[in-house]
Amino acid sequence: MKSTLLHQARLNQQIWLDMMFRGLTRLSAFGVLALLLAIIYSLVIGSMPAINAFGFNFLVNDEWNPVTDEYGALVPIVGTLVTSGIALLIAIPVSFGIAIFLTELSPRVLRRPLGIAVELLAGIPSIIYGMWGLFVFAPFFADYIEPWINDHIGTMPMLGPFFSGPPMGIGILTAGIILAIMVIPFIASVMRDVFEVVPPMLKESAYGVGATTWEVVMKIVLPYTRIGVVGGIMLGLGRALGETMAVTFVIGNAHELSKSLLMPGNSISSALANEFTEAVGDLYTSSLIELGLILFFITFVVLSFARLLLHKLGKREGQAT
Amino acid sequence: MSKLNRILSGLGLSLTLLGATVAHATDITGAGATFPYPVYAKWAESYKAQTGVGMNYQSIGSGGGIKQIKAKTVDFGASDAPMNANELGILGLTQFPTVIGGVVPVINVEGVAAGQLKLSSDNLVGIFMGKITKWNDPKIAADNKGLNLPDQAITVVHRADGSGTTHIFTSYLAAVSTAWMREVGADKAVKWPVGTGGKGNEGVASYVQRIKGAIGYVEYAYALQNKMTYAQLKNRDGHFVSPTAESFKAAAANAKWKAEEGFAEILVNEPGADSWPITGATFILVYKSQDNAASGAEVLKFFDWAYSNGDKMASDLDYVPLPGNVTAMIRKAWKEQIKDSNGKAIWK
Repeated sequence: MKSTLLHQARLNQQIWLDMMFRGLTRLSAFGVLALLLAIIYSLVIGSMPAINAFGFNFLVNDEWNPVTDEYGALVPIVGTLVTSGIALLIAIPVSFGIAIFLTELSPRVLRRPLGIAVELLAGIPSIIYGMWGLFVFAPFFADYIEPWINDHIGTMPMLGPFFSGPPMGIGILTAGIILAIMVIPFIASVMRDVFEVVPPMLKESAYGVGATTWEVVMKIVLPYTRIGVVGGIMLGLGRALGETMAVTFVIGNAHELSKSLLMPGNSISSALANEFTEAVGDLYTSSLIELGLILFFITFVVLSFARLLLHKLGKREGQAT
Repeated sequence: MSKLNRILSGLGLSLTLLGATVAHATDITGAGATFPYPVYAKWAESYKAQTGVGMNYQSIGSGGGIKQIKAKTVDFGASDAPMNANELGILGLTQFPTVIGGVVPVINVEGVAAGQLKLSSDNLVGIFMGKITKWNDPKIAADNKGLNLPDQAITVVHRADGSGTTHIFTSYLAAVSTAWMREVGADKAVKWPVGTGGKGNEGVASYVQRIKGAIGYVEYAYALQNKMTYAQLKNRDGHFVSPTAESFKAAAANAKWKAEEGFAEILVNEPGADSWPITGATFILVYKSQDNAASGAEVLKFFDWAYSNGDKMASDLDYVPLPGNVTAMIRKAWKEQIKDSNGKAIWK
């Protein structure tokens, strides 16, 4: 009798603990959601003065003039998208190469040290990339690469205007390249991880019927892992879109829309980092907050698009089997 | 906006509260401009050693300083650009200068050493307007006979962040050129006709040092400590002058300070044969009517002490102290303008 009472008490306590734990986990999960909504809410409230003043025009106006209080987001939006685009253009093939080498081609002894090196690169703080970009890469780029680009690509009929300008070493292209170096470790290590989970039996069967390494990679490994590969790319893109300090160092921070990738530009996050502290006046601050809102929106759209893509891929996979 | 302001000021308040529990009860708190931070910190250290009263200064930028004093979370705000009399009146603030700094054009032109290049105001405006694009332009060469200027493109470097330095520099360009005044104007951040932006003095400095054919502008102390190649400028009296502590003092002495307008004087294009044309003071903002007379008086005591004892510390850090006649005017202004809640002057 006594023992059952004790048992009952302990059970009650257990139930109570369970409920508390469940409550806590629920609170954490919904807390994140609430935080997200609160951030969106405060961004929207904060940017209301700018939205009221400029409306839709804010998105397509390339003016940014604190003296006359006229602001438009076109230059930073274009800068953000173009630098991230360049970064992915460079990073995807390179990361793919790294991952293939590490999983398929590399001698076994090299796999671990190389893999760790790639992961270490991912851990370097972005400001270090920025400083390296400004002090080491930019001068090298200005002295050796940009003159060559000017002479060879800058003179081509169609591409020319995009690749001509004074060799300064800083600008949209430099920012894109630095971003590429920063996102390569992310994309490469995700790709390597997913390539590693491809069942050896599948690969060996392919080799067994006479497929070359290239064919195995393209026809077996990639189709098997495309969800993970796309996920890795999106992770890299997410980092590139929001990257602040490294870009601020090398993009040139000029609110000017220029055709050439060698000219300075601006990105949303570097405009915010540069100007927020000294922005006086409601409209100026509010325009900067609206820039933040736009970045939030762009990231949201990109991630949703990635989800959609994965969903579609998944469906097709279902049909194939 | 107001919501964000509230959040920001709430954050500021909690930080100040946090500071207050750690620091001494009578400590003074201030926030704002980054440019005078080294000298304020130095003054605070000596002042604490002598009087036991500490001064906590957060160098969060002039814009932040103005926001903090508006929210009354600090005893004083600090700003590099003076507020005009109208703004001061609306907010019930008064301001006074503390130290003077100069802005110096720095260049990276092959074969040109520090102080060799002479620039007239027209040429400086021309370069920053994007009208003069080559270093061997005849207009520049006319002032620099004997100097071998290369056939090199000029790359303009300006500040990317809002800055008191930019305010002083663009005020000068606007003072000497109506075209600049009309098309660009003067502010802490402007729409630059040409060029690329660096973050902070160090950002501009490293761009100028790295880009061949570059010209930028930095704080004098920064140019000096980094041994940058500066250019001479032609002042209002038509003399070419080098940026030195003496030429800044000359400009400050020749300025017409007006206490009733909150000393809102930007020391650009001042008369005098030796005056450097681009100088400016940095300012302190306090309320005219002090809710807490005791802490208000502590702030004034601190700056009184600094005016009397802080000149050498300022000079050592490459700032230019205010001339004696200006500090006398400031003390007089304190007596006339800053009152406690009963309308009695808190500075005696």
